Amino acid sequence: MVQFTLPKNSKPTEGRTFKAEGAKRVKNFRVYRWSPDDDKNPSIDTFEVDLDKCGPMVLDALIKIKNEVDQTLTFRRSCREGICGSCAMNIDGQNTLACTKGIDECKGDVKIYPLPSMGVIKDLVPDLTGFYAQHASIEPWLQTKSPTPEKEWKQSHDDREKLDGLYECILCACCTTSCPSYWWNGDRYLGPATLLQAYRWLADSRDEAKGERLDNLEDPFRLYRCHTIMNCAKTCPKGLNPAKAIAEIKKMMVERQA
Amino acid sequence: MSKQDMRTPLAKILHLGSAKSGTEDHVIQRATALAIAPLSVFAIVSVVALIGADYETARAYVGHPLISILLIALISAFVLHMRIGVKITIEDYVHSEGLKHYSLLANSFFSYGIGLACIYAALKIGFGS
Repeated sequence: MVQFTLPKNSKPTEGRTFKAEGAKRVKNFRVYRWSPDDDKNPSIDTFEVDLDKCGPMVLDALIKIKNEVDQTLTFRRSCREGICGSCAMNIDGQNTLACTKGIDECKGDVKIYPLPSMGVIKDLVPDLTGFYAQHASIEPWLQTKSPTPEKEWKQSHDDREKLDGLYECILCACCTTSCPSYWWNGDRYLGPATLLQAYRWLADSRDEAKGERLDNLEDPFRLYRCHTIMNCAKTCPKGLNPAKAIAEIKKMMVERQA
Repeated sequence: MSKQDMRTPLAKILHLGSAKSGTEDHVIQRATALAIAPLSVFAIVSVVALIGADYETARAYVGHPLISILLIALISAFVLHMRIGVKITIEDYVHSEGLKHYSLLANSFFSYGIGLACIYAALKIGFGS
């Protein structure tokens, strides 16, 4: 059966507290910590951050903590402007990007956990190996059978517009790891991010492998585990709607049978 | 010592490949949902209309050809919808392969069994035997 509670050795304990001496405007950051180098359970460390000496985003606070308080705090980050998707984590109960989440958007203590349901490599770094393999499995590139044109594969403006709301996905995995269906069947269900990417190529007028793509997706687990829960659309930090893309794939499945 | 899985991540994800199915269940589930909506109204109206009626009146009502046909349609739609709904729930939450397959089998036997029994009852009354 599915596991509704954390295993004994994954239950977080209360961790250390780091005070911000002399600070006037203090915000508590409660951060999930776990290291593979010891046999300890995960813990929740509390970092007091002086908001007068910190940037406005949650990522600014994490970088400040790493630079000034605890260099062992581990998290991914790169662009700091919502383009790379590296700093995806669960902040204040919702999966989002630490770089675009304002500290002032969080009421009370800022609770920061790694993306749910994935294995943890260390602290806030989730293991996305399976997620990337799922993305690779849908062969996310243009596939054609016609001879390659001399200049380029042409596409009308109208057809190009059909890719809006799809191509912007940055593969941060916020949607996929917010999906209960993915929590229960993440080994077989492709998840919202991968399916949105699959639809991105199905919707591309230049692609000539639609049939094969649909064949590969037509599966009770790969596609039909989506029960329109809509967590994906609610949590997407780019404002995309993977649930709609999945519904479009299902419509294509029906369309080719009718 | 735990069993090692040395397959590549992609091999794990591709596993046995696509089952090339699922769309039929998807369509049947939605079609039966559409059918159940008006048929449920018919069932509720029928029950309300029969409040206080005696056995013979109720039997005569159910035995009317049109009512019998609607009842059989309602039972069929319900059973098909129920079987797929429970199947999906089992697939979602039961991960032990053996238990999952026996549960799916039991679900089909139960759904079709209940459906056949109900349809038999409706036909029996409909044909007046």
